[in-house]
Amino acid sequence: MSVEAAALTNRISGADIGMGEVLTGAETLLRCLILEQVEYVFGYPGGAVLPIYDSLYSSRLKHILTRHEQGAIHAADGYARATGKPGVVIATSGPGATNLVTGIATAQMDSIPLVCITGNVAQHLIGSDAFQEANITGITLPITKHNYMVRDIRDLPRIVKEAFYIATTGRPGPVLIDIPKDVSNAKAPFYYPEKVEIRGYVPTRVPSDEDIEKFLQVIQAAKKPVILAGGGVIAANADSELLAFAEKTRIPVINTFMGLGGFPGDHELALNMPGMHGSYAANQALLNADCVIGMGARFDDRITMGRTKEFAPHAKIVHIDIDPAELGKNVATMLPIAGDVKSTLRKVLPLAQACDTAEWLAQLKAWQEAYPYRYKKVEGELKPQEVIEMLYETTQGDAIITTDVGQHQMWVAQYYKFKRTRSLISSGGLGTMGFGFPAAIGAQLAHPGRTVIAVVGDGGFQMTNQELAILHQYNVPVKVVILNNKCLGMVRQWQELFYDNRYSQVDLSNSPDFVKLAEAYGVKGMRATTPAEAREVWKEALAYDGPVVIDFQVTEEENVYPMVAAGNTLDQMVMGDE
Amino acid sequence: MERHTIAVLVNDVPGVLTRVANLFGQRGFNIDSITVGASEEAGLSRMIITTGGDERQLDQLIKQLNKLIDVISVTHLSKDPMVSRELALIKVDATPSQLVELNGIVEPFRASIVDIGPNSLIVQVTGDSDKIDALLVLLQPYGIRELTRTGCIAMARSIVPAAAAV
Repeated sequence: MSVEAAALTNRISGADIGMGEVLTGAETLLRCLILEQVEYVFGYPGGAVLPIYDSLYSSRLKHILTRHEQGAIHAADGYARATGKPGVVIATSGPGATNLVTGIATAQMDSIPLVCITGNVAQHLIGSDAFQEANITGITLPITKHNYMVRDIRDLPRIVKEAFYIATTGRPGPVLIDIPKDVSNAKAPFYYPEKVEIRGYVPTRVPSDEDIEKFLQVIQAAKKPVILAGGGVIAANADSELLAFAEKTRIPVINTFMGLGGFPGDHELALNMPGMHGSYAANQALLNADCVIGMGARFDDRITMGRTKEFAPHAKIVHIDIDPAELGKNVATMLPIAGDVKSTLRKVLPLAQACDTAEWLAQLKAWQEAYPYRYKKVEGELKPQEVIEMLYETTQGDAIITTDVGQHQMWVAQYYKFKRTRSLISSGGLGTMGFGFPAAIGAQLAHPGRTVIAVVGDGGFQMTNQELAILHQYNVPVKVVILNNKCLGMVRQWQELFYDNRYSQVDLSNSPDFVKLAEAYGVKGMRATTPAEAREVWKEALAYDGPVVIDFQVTEEENVYPMVAAGNTLDQMVMGDE
Repeated sequence: MERHTIAVLVNDVPGVLTRVANLFGQRGFNIDSITVGASEEAGLSRMIITTGGDERQLDQLIKQLNKLIDVISVTHLSKDPMVSRELALIKVDATPSQLVELNGIVEPFRASIVDIGPNSLIVQVTGDSDKIDALLVLLQPYGIRELTRTGCIAMARSIVPAAAAV
């Protein structure tokens, strides 16, 4: 970025960013963040980052002080997922840095751009087991896209520039920058590089004309094609291209869990989610398809059930992915295409023609109608699925929903038809309990005008519920929906199905009174135990101009169906409650 | 299991060997040997890695290595004719009186005796792994007190025979 552009960017604050000015490492870091258009920084101070926090005191960056570093990184992650912009988190050395680990792994598994800044002890102490010293670059090596330790203040601007570039280009991911305290305190003239050159790093891939030609031939020949649209559609901001492609070719779309929202859930060509808790129609589509077009989907074991040879047994598989290492990694691919979904579809769209899929679509529609998601209603009893249906009806699929992992997560995927991209924010790959609530804070800060609902279980909520303080402190109007079944629901479900009802260590009936807990943090708390109460309470919560925690006390022994047990194939679906 | 030799050109920065070695562990690939040293370009090092696996595993390994930011290029050397060398130092239980006999064994291998003590001597040998293995078999009866081998270093041959290039 040029000096002029930098000054313009920072015009809002009235402060100039002059190149060549002598700055400390801490000041240098914050100027770099401003030049990278960072708005929010989530974090927690400590000894090794005191110079950075001292500089923050007079910076225009907005810092959100969470109550735990895990809350900070999940919030930064939620911000990133809701916007597509990188999330930024700061933690101190040692335990501060290690508290980020779960959040870094979460982001890595779901390809989310994060820049994580950690302090470290001064360089002369590194390796001496000094107070709060941890080898965080070593610890995070397998769970970051890349990481750095800054050893010289003169390298700091280049490293920050590279970190943002690496985090946001190609297949996005988390990048960590570890800054020893002596580097934060050192001084040097500030120069920010205008561009990044990293030899050997090739983030942009556009498919060849030959690949596009082959792709067109495959889909034109197909009678039963289906698109498997994953998180890569969302990461590439390719939702409008996907919509246009599906409508033009008349190819139905299955959204993976990470792809939900990348294609409107209420569209006539939408088949919802496949796999372990996927829809009957989606799984039948995969079992019967003669062509599966994976778009930014990595064919993980929640879809293939690990039975990759039996997956989509009659289909030619076309796989479009920005990450060449995904091509052929899990399933054998007939046509691998290395490229991001957006640029690939832009090349394909003008050439694509409608496929002869009328018969296939009619079959899929029949399956959808015969086997919709369903559950048994019981008079006066509040079913968790009913709560999610209510959220959908009242928000018309337009809210941003964040979740933890478990039964509630799957019910959200099944019963909430996401209409907009970046509307489902959930830990798909790592399955992180405690993710949903802090992620909602990040999403709400990114979109203050939208309804943001954190759907959490009573288990996951208790892993990060201390971040209720943030809702109050910054008046973040997140609606926290607890599906409280007084147990670890998904673990209980597996114990019921596969461990002969031996419910080992899943009882959470001694949880706190969530209404009182919310109130203790200065947040409005509400409770509902029947469908009628639920509607009344939810109406009030939606209308309330501020954060709310609602304790929906739902049926305890409710299972997620349909279900394909791990190790089975997609044709072995258990349909469950009728 | 098929053996493969891969050359990985990397940035000469702290931690890069850990990154590469960690990738093998994380992804469940095996390393038979790994050598690292300077390359023809300042600031870059070349690693030569020998590993085992089928074609699909090798393809995945190369792709995963290419994802590392500090990796500049990955070359599958053993798919074409290559020159590979390993160095071994072998301390053999032997007295000076057995020198002539041992010279007779090591000379055909173009190995040499580089140290002689009252009860042992050291043989130095270079060559590909098979050659070193063959010499070890012959020295085994004397008693091998100590053995140290470098990993393999390798380079593609300059001229690829037409048949092999297909």
